[in-house]
Amino acid sequence: MKSILTTGRYLAVLCYVLFALFPLYWLLKIAITPEKLIYTQGTALWPSTLTFENFRQVLFYSDFLVYFRNSVYVSLGTAAITTVIAAAAGYAFSRFQFRGKTIVVILLLITQMFPLLMIIAPIYKIIAGLGLLNTLTSLIVVYTAFNIPFATFLMQSFFDGIPKDLDEAAMMDGCTRLQALRKVILPLTLPGLAATLGFIFTAAWSELLFALMLINSNASMTFPVGLLTFVSKFSVDWGQMMAAGVLALVPSCLFFIFIQRYLVKGLTAGAVKG
Amino acid sequence: MAQININHLYKRFGHEEVIKDINLQFEEGEFIVLVGPSGCGKSTLLRMIAGLESISSGEICMDGKRMNDLPPRARDIAMVFQSYALYPHMDVARNMGFSMEIQGKDNEARQTEVDEAAGILGLKKLLARLPRALSGGQRQRVAMGRAMVRDPSAFLFDEPLSNLDAALRVEMRLEIAKLHKRLGSTMVYVTHDQVEALTLADRIVVLDHGIVQQIGTPMELYETPANLFVARFIGSPTMNLIDVHAQQGQLSITHAQNTIDLPELPGQSSARHLGIRPEHVQPVASGEGHLQGTVEVVERLGSDSFIYVQVEGAGQLLARCSGNTAIQADQSIGLSLDPSHLHVFDAEGQALA
Repeated sequence: MKSILTTGRYLAVLCYVLFALFPLYWLLKIAITPEKLIYTQGTALWPSTLTFENFRQVLFYSDFLVYFRNSVYVSLGTAAITTVIAAAAGYAFSRFQFRGKTIVVILLLITQMFPLLMIIAPIYKIIAGLGLLNTLTSLIVVYTAFNIPFATFLMQSFFDGIPKDLDEAAMMDGCTRLQALRKVILPLTLPGLAATLGFIFTAAWSELLFALMLINSNASMTFPVGLLTFVSKFSVDWGQMMAAGVLALVPSCLFFIFIQRYLVKGLTAGAVKG
Repeated sequence: MAQININHLYKRFGHEEVIKDINLQFEEGEFIVLVGPSGCGKSTLLRMIAGLESISSGEICMDGKRMNDLPPRARDIAMVFQSYALYPHMDVARNMGFSMEIQGKDNEARQTEVDEAAGILGLKKLLARLPRALSGGQRQRVAMGRAMVRDPSAFLFDEPLSNLDAALRVEMRLEIAKLHKRLGSTMVYVTHDQVEALTLADRIVVLDHGIVQQIGTPMELYETPANLFVARFIGSPTMNLIDVHAQQGQLSITHAQNTIDLPELPGQSSARHLGIRPEHVQPVASGEGHLQGTVEVVERLGSDSFIYVQVEGAGQLLARCSGNTAIQADQSIGLSLDPSHLHVFDAEGQALA
């Protein structure tokens, strides 16, 4: 009985994994299918011949590397700035009572209630007024502003998970509050910081709408906008587009492999009874 | 070592006063236990001494120096938390030496101190472990070791044993008593467990609703409770209490017809409650003694027997005799009260003496 249950569970997980990974598989498959076979063998699970021509084209004969570099710059910048601000704000929300705290929390929540489409025009005007159109800085500023509320709540929940007794014990041991934060609390928040970094990085990496609005020079396009250049008026270059997509997955994967060990829970086990 | 003075101390949360006009003086090297039911303000008082809670009014002085506005790190006080609050990412040695690390002491000095404390607490073999690999009792020891390494002028304990199981609690209680003897430091210990209070304290402070109910040595509190609250709180099993009133020079049980034939007690005319500890109530043959009743339950603990007796008008009374007893449930017996160990309280619950 128990083995049937276990088998059932594995089957369910397998189904889910297949379902989730299938689009990625298709992406890879089309990327390595020679152009002339894309339509003739469109529904086959594996093409009869393989080619890396698409990758060669993308890497050496398109602006892909520029887009890629821009995306890395924007995503890392956004993730780093957002996480620092969100960590500070989350710590304050978690540990202090101050006047206006509820109002700030409500305001943060309200910002999450509107569809972004509604504020494209005002954002455009503001960025244009600042003379930041067509710059990567504009994207970092906008993404940071959008992501801070969620990231703050995320960080607050991580700080809430660390007992206040630890701050107090550190302060009894001679730390100032800042020392307690740096030496005791922050090391325990590493999984939280990693999760927040990862989340914001991914969000910024795949953002299209604002990148499309605020950027139109080829030199400052991010990768999602750049992907659209594979769509021309009369045709879509599927093979190269998919090859670019596969390459774009690489940093996301690397990033998650890098932070994965911090995402492992249970680092605070043993601090207090429970 | 330090003398701690607390003068007219108040703590308010909004409009609620949780500490009301507390005045205490702890002598150098004294072991003080703050005891009371949960919500009585004992932990708040301790945290105010530690500097973790602000003072609404009044003052706390150590060795004559006003502490009110000093942050915890400047007070030279160590605290052992109920949750132990060990730093989970540091091994035992670093946990214990953390205060010296913050002070910027060099590695060697730190190691000497940590080794010494670890030796006393039997932690030498565990120094390289992380807190999560320790048992509850070991974590408790590390928490005490961390406090010891600081060599503070006073130790504060916030219910340090309440997360341990019963056997370990007795063991650690003894450790703490030994530690106090060895270090001779001023220690302030918060607990809701009156057994811990009685066994550890030089003096006990009983708190209820943020007010000091009584201060005294364990035996003073046990033998002469100042009011009904202390009488009920200190002692296990608790003191027998009977509602009484004075009538023609005699004490009568309020809810029954019978009087209790006792010698005149001090302040008897305003007595409303009569208290007597279980060990001063002796079962005697039916028809004899001061009260008559029926045995409900007999608990035999080997060393003692607890005899629960239902007495008309007085409710359930407990007699405690040493060793085993032949008395059985449902038997009618008399109860003899030791007249030299009676406590009488007035309508406000204050002891009459």
